[in-house]
Amino acid sequence: MSGKLEKTRLRLGIMPLVDAAPLIVARDKGYFAAQGLDVDVRVEASWASIRDKVVAGLLVSAQMLAPMPIAATLGIDGIGVPMVTALSLNLNGNSIAVSESLYRDLHLERRDPVAAARALKALLARDRATGRRPRVFAHVFPFSTHHYVLRYWLAASGIDPDRDLRLEVIPPPLMVQHMGDGRIDGFCVGAPWGAAAEAAGVGYRVVNTYQIWNNGPEKVFGVTRSWAQAHPQTHRAVVAALIDACRWLDAPEHRAEGAQLVIDSGAVQAPPATIRTALEVPWAGDSFFGTGLLFHRHAANFPWVSHAMWFIEQMRRWGQIGNEIDAVAVAAAVYLPQLYREVAERLDVACPPDACKSEGEHAGIWGLRLPQGLLTMGADAFFDGAVYSADGCLCESS
Amino acid sequence: MRVMLVDDDHHRVVLLRQALLDGGNQVVAQLATSDDLLTAVTHHQPDIVLIDVDAPTRDTLESLGQISRDRPRPIVLFATHSDADTARRAMRAGVSAYVVDGMAPSRLKAVIDVAIARFNEHQALRRELEETKMRLADRRDVDRAKGMLMQRRQISETQAYEQLRKMAMDRNLKIGDAARSLLAAAELL
Repeated sequence: MSGKLEKTRLRLGIMPLVDAAPLIVARDKGYFAAQGLDVDVRVEASWASIRDKVVAGLLVSAQMLAPMPIAATLGIDGIGVPMVTALSLNLNGNSIAVSESLYRDLHLERRDPVAAARALKALLARDRATGRRPRVFAHVFPFSTHHYVLRYWLAASGIDPDRDLRLEVIPPPLMVQHMGDGRIDGFCVGAPWGAAAEAAGVGYRVVNTYQIWNNGPEKVFGVTRSWAQAHPQTHRAVVAALIDACRWLDAPEHRAEGAQLVIDSGAVQAPPATIRTALEVPWAGDSFFGTGLLFHRHAANFPWVSHAMWFIEQMRRWGQIGNEIDAVAVAAAVYLPQLYREVAERLDVACPPDACKSEGEHAGIWGLRLPQGLLTMGADAFFDGAVYSADGCLCESS
Repeated sequence: MRVMLVDDDHHRVVLLRQALLDGGNQVVAQLATSDDLLTAVTHHQPDIVLIDVDAPTRDTLESLGQISRDRPRPIVLFATHSDADTARRAMRAGVSAYVVDGMAPSRLKAVIDVAIARFNEHQALRRELEETKMRLADRRDVDRAKGMLMQRRQISETQAYEQLRKMAMDRNLKIGDAARSLLAAAELL
């Protein structure tokens, strides 16, 4: 990397999830070291802790839920310290699971979003008729992809997530226990915890979130805006190390080793088989039990401003923010595609020319025309056929 | 003030509880960090929740008040927006404070300050205890390593200690760590 690093010893945070893999790989395969960085990766117990420790400077930066830096910048997370992201760590990886008893009551013919929601809707109507207490579904954070995708799926299926259900927040590693104790009827969580519920015999996955939004963004690498401004070279070096780690991890021939690194790190206290499956069977479209976890291909690392726009739209839809928020300005302030592009070009990684794309238009593989050839992109369809156009998105010229 | 404590560290809870009671507060519930927090908050209606920074259930607290339509619970905040400094001090001490009621920040300050002070005090105690334990462990391991060197190399105790100390110095290790790595290496052979 050109330019002197402002800081070389960094402490980064991760959560006990399979998609923390890029940070573990970057540490254990020497990608941080190759950038001149000495990185300490800490496992944190909650997303709130990750945010607070990044704000307090106890962590330099961390794996974050994609909507977290946006919520922080908007000030709706109770802290209000602006954050930025120049790197998307992965696409897909979450599933919706229901308890064993709810699964039995649903009588599903297929495990897909339409069939599962239809059965759930009918069941909830029967519940109401008999005066049963509301069913409880859990997700992981108020500003999480899980929360918005779960609500999106329910609402698009004619279920009111506020009236017909009760939504709660439970940290990923406690999901299985809460389901086993009968405190929740369903949850939306990242790998490997859906599979872990099955392994423990307490629930079944009924929808893979890939099926709701093909290749939806999941985790990002977030830092405070002030840290990014004070450490431009260090920031670029970490992003470069993580792009390299993501590229390595995404190759099918490296998935098994990547899974072993995650298992050996001790960061995810789940049955090793569930971690292996999550990384080694990535093809959600082909096999239901695949998580669809992508770390690099299809421009997976590019921080699409249109992704940020979608999250802001969901925040507005569910009353977390008002209509007065300028979504375009906020999205462009938090997502930094220009910084990603600068680093990616040095690493010879092909980069989309625009900051935005339409979301929902592509049901299969498609191509982005670049001067040096075609960049293969993945599907980005929503299960209900919705399309979010790139109009109104701040599209920078390259 | 109705305070709920969420912490797995029994000693710290005892310390904190007493300090809060002395300050005229009421401790309405004590929970372990993986207990069902939502039910406890609904049941005990605390004004403020003091929780270990590293408690996984913090994310559950974050969600209270975020979704307003069905459950008109008051907003939950980490201290307040305006008081970033208190928040930072609390984080460093290892305590997070959540306000479960729309009360004035000034009323909270005393409670949060007590919590920070007690958490700090407790951490200092724990560090001291750990250091003492470490010194004892060091002495034990150094003795074992010396014994092993004396036996294998047929040298005196003084010579064994000298060799161990030189090894520690050469490798920039504490003597206890040098003893342990020597013992671990011997186990492999």
